[in-house]
Amino acid sequence: MSTSVAPSALPVVPDEDEEITGRSLRQIVWSRLRRDKTAMVCLVILILLYLIAIFAPFITSMLGVDPYSFDGESISDSGGGPIGAWGGISSEHPLGVEWGTGRDILAQLLYGLRISLLIATTATILTTFLGTTLGIISGYAGGKTDAIIGRTMDLILAFPFLLIILALSGVLTQRLTQLGVPDGNPSRILYLIIVLSIFGWPYLARIVRGQVLSVREREFVEAAVAMGAGRPRILFKEILPNLWAPILVYATLTLPTYIGTEAALSFLGIGVLPPDTSFGGMLGNSVSYFSVVPSYLFIPGTVLVILVVTFNLVGDAVRDALDPRAGRV
Amino acid sequence: MTDLSPAPRRAYIEVEDLSVQFPTEDGLVRAVDGVTFSIDKGQTIAIVGESGSGKSVTAQAIMGLVNARTADVTGHVWVDGQDIVGMTDDELRKMRGSTMAMIFQDPMSSLHPFYRIGAQLTEAVNVHNKVSKKEARDRAIEMLQKVGIPSPEKRIEDYPHQFSGGMRQRVMIAMALINSPSLLIADEPTTALDVTVQAQIMELILELQQEYNTAVVLITHDLGIVADAADQVAVMYGARVVESGVIDDIFYKPEMPYTLGLLASVPRLNQVRADRLDPIPGNPPSPIRLPSGCVFNPRCVYKDRVEGDLCATERPALLPTDLGHMVRCHMSKEDREAVATIALGTLGRETA
Repeated sequence: MSTSVAPSALPVVPDEDEEITGRSLRQIVWSRLRRDKTAMVCLVILILLYLIAIFAPFITSMLGVDPYSFDGESISDSGGGPIGAWGGISSEHPLGVEWGTGRDILAQLLYGLRISLLIATTATILTTFLGTTLGIISGYAGGKTDAIIGRTMDLILAFPFLLIILALSGVLTQRLTQLGVPDGNPSRILYLIIVLSIFGWPYLARIVRGQVLSVREREFVEAAVAMGAGRPRILFKEILPNLWAPILVYATLTLPTYIGTEAALSFLGIGVLPPDTSFGGMLGNSVSYFSVVPSYLFIPGTVLVILVVTFNLVGDAVRDALDPRAGRV
Repeated sequence: MTDLSPAPRRAYIEVEDLSVQFPTEDGLVRAVDGVTFSIDKGQTIAIVGESGSGKSVTAQAIMGLVNARTADVTGHVWVDGQDIVGMTDDELRKMRGSTMAMIFQDPMSSLHPFYRIGAQLTEAVNVHNKVSKKEARDRAIEMLQKVGIPSPEKRIEDYPHQFSGGMRQRVMIAMALINSPSLLIADEPTTALDVTVQAQIMELILELQQEYNTAVVLITHDLGIVADAADQVAVMYGARVVESGVIDDIFYKPEMPYTLGLLASVPRLNQVRADRLDPIPGNPPSPIRLPSGCVFNPRCVYKDRVEGDLCATERPALLPTDLGHMVRCHMSKEDREAVATIALGTLGRETA
């Protein structure tokens, strides 16, 4: 579409009195992002979802629902199925109740969102930290250090990720418990975060390492060395700022992947245990009743899809804002 | 240090038999081979040569910027009695930016694109001095003023992309001189600039050199700049210095065939337009396989004046011909002068 001109591409006519001031890259990227309507809508949705997750206990108590309390009156005595259409949707239970226990689905959804976001966000932060640090060291130090980190990355990438996670979950959660992490869901959540991070960082580290290799040869780095700058300054003030773009894009695109992975792992039974729930756990439960109560599958499924899609859209928008040439073919 | 009582050094900067070699898979790359020269404070030496002659690596070696992991550096670089070669990273880091500073070829890429130039200038101050923010900022503004940036207290808040190439080179010069170094290495400081700006930048460097009494090592392939700026010239070819001396010696009494060829290939205003330039025949040597004997012998048109195959077998020494004028050539002094007369005669140049 070479003929269509996006409104954002039109030259901005500055006010006559307005003084031309320098904008930092952050300001430029933010102003580009702000012009992207999809990104802004998605960003608002994400912020809302995070707020909902953080304040889930208040919201549920305000709505008068609770994820843990059984409601025997909303399910039938014979089979345990929810009474009423659409999985028992009523004023008491806005999204219906769980088969067999009568627990409120909306409340479970909110608490599940909390756990999913907790795991995915923490794992993303940890992955980004590990990947960036090791990638920079590997790229700048070169030689033996680079070789050791590089082979470690190869080793991790070559591991059958899913198999290892499934196989080690029992042993390692137990080990975490021995280390003082409360038994049960806390240690299971921690296990997921650790495992996701350990298997996730090599991808980012490779990207960062490649970037460092090219950035460290740039003249301003040489100029800084010639000025007498020390190694930490070279690494973190000269080189690191040039890596924010790939790191940010990678992080925003990793988060939804982790939400999906966490759901998949919970579905397979590695995630949190009842009475707590996460998306994967709810989906896992719902499968058996799908033919009778499809809403039980669709409701968490839809929220999961919305979550992952908005994250991905924001990630794409961030990438476009950081590299405006990428999208315009 | 085994040398407990170093001989008193004659000049402020003394480069002694400096060699840089890069072992590669294809063989040993001799980038710099036995380079020797010296300069005092307030003086300028121009290192002239074509691409790949080793002039930039010489500059990097003087700054201690050649990576010790990938290269072998031998010889000595005495800066104020201290040998740069063999210093630890930390010792070098303390010298860089304070005692010696460097200006790079491309001002468009030598400033960090993410930081305001004020931040970069004050950082340069802070690396070597413990001063308050205000003092560092004042120093930065003062330097910008000195290099001719208008309204520096405003421009200090700007990013590099808001400056033109010439302005950025001015900022680079300000950054290099902000700690009043006694040695300034300018690695082709005007190559990436407009012709009109080139003269201004050179003038600025010379002006500040006077003010700070700095020794300047000017790396360039532009003989016009050399003629204006330098006190001494070292002509490099194939990793070696082939001729060196004070500027008038090199321009008016050159004796080495390569220098003659270099001067002959410069366009001149008094040349008839239709005339083609006189290039030096052949190609520069590969630093992996430097020619045996005199590095210039495969391209030298005068080598039949030397008996036998001396030019191809024996490496000529850099010997004095006049006071302070060194030449690396097997020809006799008479032959060299005769050859120079012929070469300069074809240029239709009046003698000095």
